[in-house]
Amino acid sequence: MKRILLTLLLIANTVFAIDIHEFKTEQQRLDYQQLTEELRCLVCQNQNIADSDAGLAKDLRNEVAKMIKQDMNQTQITDYLVERYGDFVRYSPPMRADTIVLWALPALVLLIAGFMVFRTIKKTANSTTNNGADS
Amino acid sequence: MNKTIVKALVPLVIFLSLVILLYNGLGKDTRLLPSALIDKPVPKFSLPSLLNDKIIDNNSLKGQMYLLNVWGSWCPNCRIEHPMVTEFARQNIIPVYGLNYKDEDADAKAWLNQFGNPYTDILVDLDGRVGIDFGVYGAPETFLIDGNGIIRHKIVGELNPQNIQNELLPMIDKYKNTIKN
Repeated sequence: MKRILLTLLLIANTVFAIDIHEFKTEQQRLDYQQLTEELRCLVCQNQNIADSDAGLAKDLRNEVAKMIKQDMNQTQITDYLVERYGDFVRYSPPMRADTIVLWALPALVLLIAGFMVFRTIKKTANSTTNNGADS
Repeated sequence: MNKTIVKALVPLVIFLSLVILLYNGLGKDTRLLPSALIDKPVPKFSLPSLLNDKIIDNNSLKGQMYLLNVWGSWCPNCRIEHPMVTEFARQNIIPVYGLNYKDEDADAKAWLNQFGNPYTDILVDLDGRVGIDFGVYGAPETFLIDGNGIIRHKIVGELNPQNIQNELLPMIDKYKNTIKN
């Protein structure tokens, strides 16, 4: 009997170590998981709120769970937090006039680099052909 | 000939611009985030006072310009900041309200007994729910709210003579016409 109780106690401990949120549907659970992974913990900035142990991260997780249970969708919940904490709370920045550089730069660099590689290859190919013709 | 020189300079230019970009990022305090609430109305709140059994809400503070200083007895930097808050409140420029953030009432009262109470009144945000509405991510944080209930400035971290002189006082001066009475 003692052993069973002890085992139960151990199990209870591991269960209570994480937050428990009961969701009505599987979709809500997925929403919760996605959102907490996409939202940045503002105290420990390189963690999302799903991974962080900070007090604020826990509060925000609870807040997200509460909103999901009120049937708010992902966009509404993200907007709610951006209104309070700014874009920084999102790991994926929105596409706007002032963030266009952020979005366009990788594509631009890829384009320029691609062009340069293409040109070099063409040049090498040309000179090889020419050399071949010469010899 | 000229073309070769230009071509040779390209990597150098790219390298130098990278150096400038990264150098600018060095030493920047990444904890300082711009508040999303500047020039927006103060969030709705209704919280008990720590000092008496009144309820303080955003409407009851309207008409006056005030500082809302987020603090907790658990927060070491609040203790460092405390003399500055006290000095600012003593000058009677505008009232300073406290938002006791995620603290125990008994601890908060003990803290005030030990260090003195600079606040006109103190709002108790036990679970940090109002803190979320204010976008609080640490303490201390200080908000300047004008007479129309609009948030005009936010200081993250301790108040100090520099940010009071260079940020708060000019802002207070700019919005003093919103004070009604």
